[in-house]
Amino acid sequence: MTEALDILTQASLWAAVLRIATPLIFGTLGALLCERAGVLNLGIEGIMTLGAMVGWLSVYWGADLWTGLLCAALAGAIAGLLHAALTVPLGLSQHVSGLGITLLASSLTYYVYRLVVEQGSSPPTITPFQPLAIPGLSDIPFLGPALFAQTTPTYLAIALIAVTAYVLARTPLGLAVRMVGENPHAAEAQGIDPTRVRIGAVVAGSALMAVGGAYLTTSAFNSFFPTMIQGRGWVCIALVVFASWRPGRALAGALLFALFDAYQLRLQHVVGALVPYQLFLMVPYVMSIAALVVMARRARVPQALMQPYRRGER
Amino acid sequence: MTFAITRRRFLGTAALAASAPLFTRRAFAADPVKVAGIHGDPVENAWNSRIHEALLSAANDGLIEYTFSEGVAGTDYARAMREYADQGAQLVWGQSYAVETEAREVAADYPETAFLMGSSGGPSGDNFGVFGTRNHEAAYLAGMLAAGLSKTGTFGSVGGYPIPEVNLLINAFRLGVKEVKPDAKFLNGFIGTWFDPPKAKEAAFAQIDAGADILFGERIGTADAAKERSVLAIGSLIDYMPRYPGTVFANAMWYFRPTVDAIVADVIAGKPVGRDYTEYSFMKYGGNDVLFDTAAVSAEAVAAMEAKRAAIKDGSFTVTIDETEPA
Repeated sequence: MTEALDILTQASLWAAVLRIATPLIFGTLGALLCERAGVLNLGIEGIMTLGAMVGWLSVYWGADLWTGLLCAALAGAIAGLLHAALTVPLGLSQHVSGLGITLLASSLTYYVYRLVVEQGSSPPTITPFQPLAIPGLSDIPFLGPALFAQTTPTYLAIALIAVTAYVLARTPLGLAVRMVGENPHAAEAQGIDPTRVRIGAVVAGSALMAVGGAYLTTSAFNSFFPTMIQGRGWVCIALVVFASWRPGRALAGALLFALFDAYQLRLQHVVGALVPYQLFLMVPYVMSIAALVVMARRARVPQALMQPYRRGER
Repeated sequence: MTFAITRRRFLGTAALAASAPLFTRRAFAADPVKVAGIHGDPVENAWNSRIHEALLSAANDGLIEYTFSEGVAGTDYARAMREYADQGAQLVWGQSYAVETEAREVAADYPETAFLMGSSGGPSGDNFGVFGTRNHEAAYLAGMLAAGLSKTGTFGSVGGYPIPEVNLLINAFRLGVKEVKPDAKFLNGFIGTWFDPPKAKEAAFAQIDAGADILFGERIGTADAAKERSVLAIGSLIDYMPRYPGTVFANAMWYFRPTVDAIVADVIAGKPVGRDYTEYSFMKYGGNDVLFDTAAVSAEAVAAMEAKRAAIKDGSFTVTIDETEPA
């Protein structure tokens, strides 16, 4: 039992937590941005797949890693624009459109990947982001190796949480996003164009989702597999609810989920002989649902979420 | 010499001409067997890539004609089988793990078509053959090589799901290690998915953190963690040495060509194929073997391994098949 608790004191566990959490942070932030503006984006799983492929492919074709992430963001933005066009001006069902985007983006990704990348016994590789030890901070015992020896996109993800939280809470732009998510008619009365704000939020959010996918192929791993997102997008959708649509809590949720995952991988060695491994794999999801039950009671859903806005219609 | 058409010569030529259709029939019988592959996953997935490569090489040798589909979902699988059978495929290769009952139903509807399926079940009828993946003998030998290279005496392994084919592989690796190092300690992690290299990598990191310095990678991603932490890894099914030079020092290779040759011979001979073709994955048929970097392993370790390898080939030693879930 002490062995199981000892794991929690290892710096390497906490380093793993940050690595596992990074794509979830990007994805959750993206989904949160869309939903705060009133649009549910179930295209996330496909957009992450698309981002994973575009980011990787750009680097494979000679771009540097940051350009790769930018290309991924751009591809995500385009997919987001499609979702926004269907759901905002046309006011179609956000569920149907989102799932459609997921199917379209993942199939298109597979198709393009197959067309342009040579087949081999194992997929080709790129040189991914290398861990960047922050001078000074990375020498701190325990905290250094745990928190300050990550790859740059991880630091970016955490910085973006702070930026998004600030923009949403403290700027006119953030106020506009929140207003169109709560009451687009009131926003319109204030001279804000809900259609434009919603489209902008969905495009920006989708770009973030794609960067989350690209993290997997340019940092966590160095190759692309067409099926490698493995439900991370859906986890992000749940994390948004867990976070009550707040960026800070989204970070906490992603870290908590990642902690359970990193912990179960280590726990398998300690008590693996006694407990079936499936239980460990379940842990992150079960804990998330449990946390969701507690958190959701206080969840403040954006009032106009999933309601199309039509000018002049009550 | 003058050349005149005599009656005898005319008759001879005519007979030859008349028999021409017989020869073309003969030529038709030696035509390549039409094979359709239905891959449930992308063909660069390690397991599928071995089969894909074997079928491509058989096509290259003129033995078969090979068409394939990849990434065919379980819900679409039976339809794809029927379509290929309708199009005149003589042999349909596939993986029926997720569609065991349906696949057998399709085979029963097409008695003229031969089916060979990667399956957890047994053969069915005259035309539904199955095969298992067996590179456990190679994994055993790789374990023998690995035993001497560990400083910590702890050996890790990362698997997808604890299905029999994965369990027996990891257990064979462990038996090989124990043969040389009886006091070895083992760790194992299952990640509950086949296609999540970043997760396999995290599982491998977890084992390295717990003291493992040799990792048996049933899943791709394992060796990436080994590379980052400068420990050694062993690959399974395909040759990972070019991808991870200096990290992967041995592979438990699986070769599918002997299985292809066996079933194609049966199809040509018109024999029923409703049997288990697993044996053709065994080392004595050339179905699996250890591939290693001679520079990374000591000569004594190689000699001991080679002795065991010869014993497996001549049948004097059998690697135990243990399908229990490794802890």
